[in-house]
Amino acid sequence: MSELPTSDLRALKARYPAVFDRPASSRLGVPTLILAALALFIFGLNELEFSPQRMWAGLNQLGWFVLLMIPPDPGASLPTYLAAMGETLSIAVLGTTLAAAMALPVSLLAARNIVPTNLVRFPVRRFLDSIRGVDTLIWALVWINVVGLGPFAGVLAIAVSDFGSFGKLFSEAFETADQKQVEGIRAAGGTPLHEIRFGLLPQVLPVIAGQLLYFIESNTRSATIIGIVGAGGIGLQLAEQIRVLEWQKVSFLILMIMVAVAAIDAISSRLRFAIIGRRAVV
Amino acid sequence: MSHFGKSDLMAVAISVLPEQQLAALNDGYRRAVARKRLRFALSAAIAVAALLAAAVGAEVDPATFVAKIGNFVSYFDRIFTLESGARVWSDPGEWFWGFHKWLALLGETVLISYVGTLSGAVLALVLNFVAAKNTAPQPWLRIVAMRYLEFCRTVPDIVFALIFVIAFGLGPMAGVLAIAIHSTGALGKQFSEIVENVDMKPVEGVRATGAGWISCMRFAVLPQVAAGFAGYALLRFEINVRGASVMGFVGAGGIGQELVVAIRKFYYSDVSAILLLIIATVFVIDIGTGWVRGRLFGGERT
Repeated sequence: MSELPTSDLRALKARYPAVFDRPASSRLGVPTLILAALALFIFGLNELEFSPQRMWAGLNQLGWFVLLMIPPDPGASLPTYLAAMGETLSIAVLGTTLAAAMALPVSLLAARNIVPTNLVRFPVRRFLDSIRGVDTLIWALVWINVVGLGPFAGVLAIAVSDFGSFGKLFSEAFETADQKQVEGIRAAGGTPLHEIRFGLLPQVLPVIAGQLLYFIESNTRSATIIGIVGAGGIGLQLAEQIRVLEWQKVSFLILMIMVAVAAIDAISSRLRFAIIGRRAVV
Repeated sequence: MSHFGKSDLMAVAISVLPEQQLAALNDGYRRAVARKRLRFALSAAIAVAALLAAAVGAEVDPATFVAKIGNFVSYFDRIFTLESGARVWSDPGEWFWGFHKWLALLGETVLISYVGTLSGAVLALVLNFVAAKNTAPQPWLRIVAMRYLEFCRTVPDIVFALIFVIAFGLGPMAGVLAIAIHSTGALGKQFSEIVENVDMKPVEGVRATGAGWISCMRFAVLPQVAAGFAGYALLRFEINVRGASVMGFVGAGGIGQELVVAIRKFYYSDVSAILLLIIATVFVIDIGTGWVRGRLFGGERT
């Protein structure tokens, strides 16, 4: 390849000033942003008490822990752990289903094409947002105060915190549904309730089922952690074994969680594709 | 429509089929519907059975629930009541008595999530090119990277935090590291999914100039995916702010420590004050990142 003749280069520069002669403001934009991000990062490290010594000592410790984790070994508690895993799965399935059942009617109120007035929609949306703003673990603590320690508190915690997410997702599904079917029902003399039942629901149900399965999957993960605060399931066992430094049991429990999550993953993506066809769930 | 005669319309709309043909069609329709209904009923039955099994497994007790649901309602009544018995909003000064301390802790929470997300995003940026199908330099390296990312995202961040608190000591450092590792896994997967959808022609172009793998990634792939990466990283930051707000439950820094103490020791009005502050922070972060993402994608997606 040869160099361009100078005259060509000059002509090119004259013709595309935006490429060759970008104003300083646009050239400096990205570096400034990166510098600012880096500065905040370093400030953060400093503020959060990071230090090379602590890092080094901690990594050393962590290395020991990992060595002690091998080989994973449940000891004599395998039946307990299997029961706890079953409990976790139950919490996930039941919590998610409850959340979806509660969210469906509320999501209708938050959908623009069903409730045209901002007066209802706005407060409903903000209400759902505030529920989502509170983490599942916090809900678990609150429910433990109400129904006592145990998996039931976990079910309620997942149900309430997913109620917020489902409400939002379902209402979006309703909003993106095709309006033509609804108009068709209306033209045939259907009432608004008919419009929802025969015009919207058939379109929206597959989407909702897909999301439900997806959440069951992700809630299997959440259900493992709410045990840490005492709401039942495998998390309780895990937190206990970590606190008493039984590393072989810890690694076994973590492996168990990973296998269970992978299994649920496989099952639910199968079901999801069976319900909605080969489309990605959004 | 009004200028059509009614009879005209009817003549166009309806043509009655002969009786036998109609019967056959009707029959076929009924059978199809019956099969669909049967399938639906079967799946519904299986779902109900699964739910019942789950209810037994999770020790669901409707009686407890009914007996104690009053507690749930009254809990919200209690957290909005000051110790003097007055409603919290009658004395905001008393309600938010620890405002400065809580604000500092919330700042720490956001900072934990920022530092954790950024470190996780940088690691994910390095790893995702190795884990993506179309850009992986070596097949075995891809498998290693994918398994590592999977491990990082399957283990919940709070479990990492529990372990790190023991290894690195109590404090925000454990929280940051836990969030960083979990974000590496989650972002690595999302990033590599974006990379798998890029146009490979620029890569071929860059490779044709004799460039190495790193240059190919930098000059051919990165420009196509940078906006998507930034979008996902911002979303993850938002999620991590929520996650960081509970890191304190296990002693890994942030506002969670205060909250768990308030909940466990029944400092009711503190619970509502801290919860409101957390919700407000999450709102602000949501709106902020939403705005930035809107600008990144030029208003086409939010």
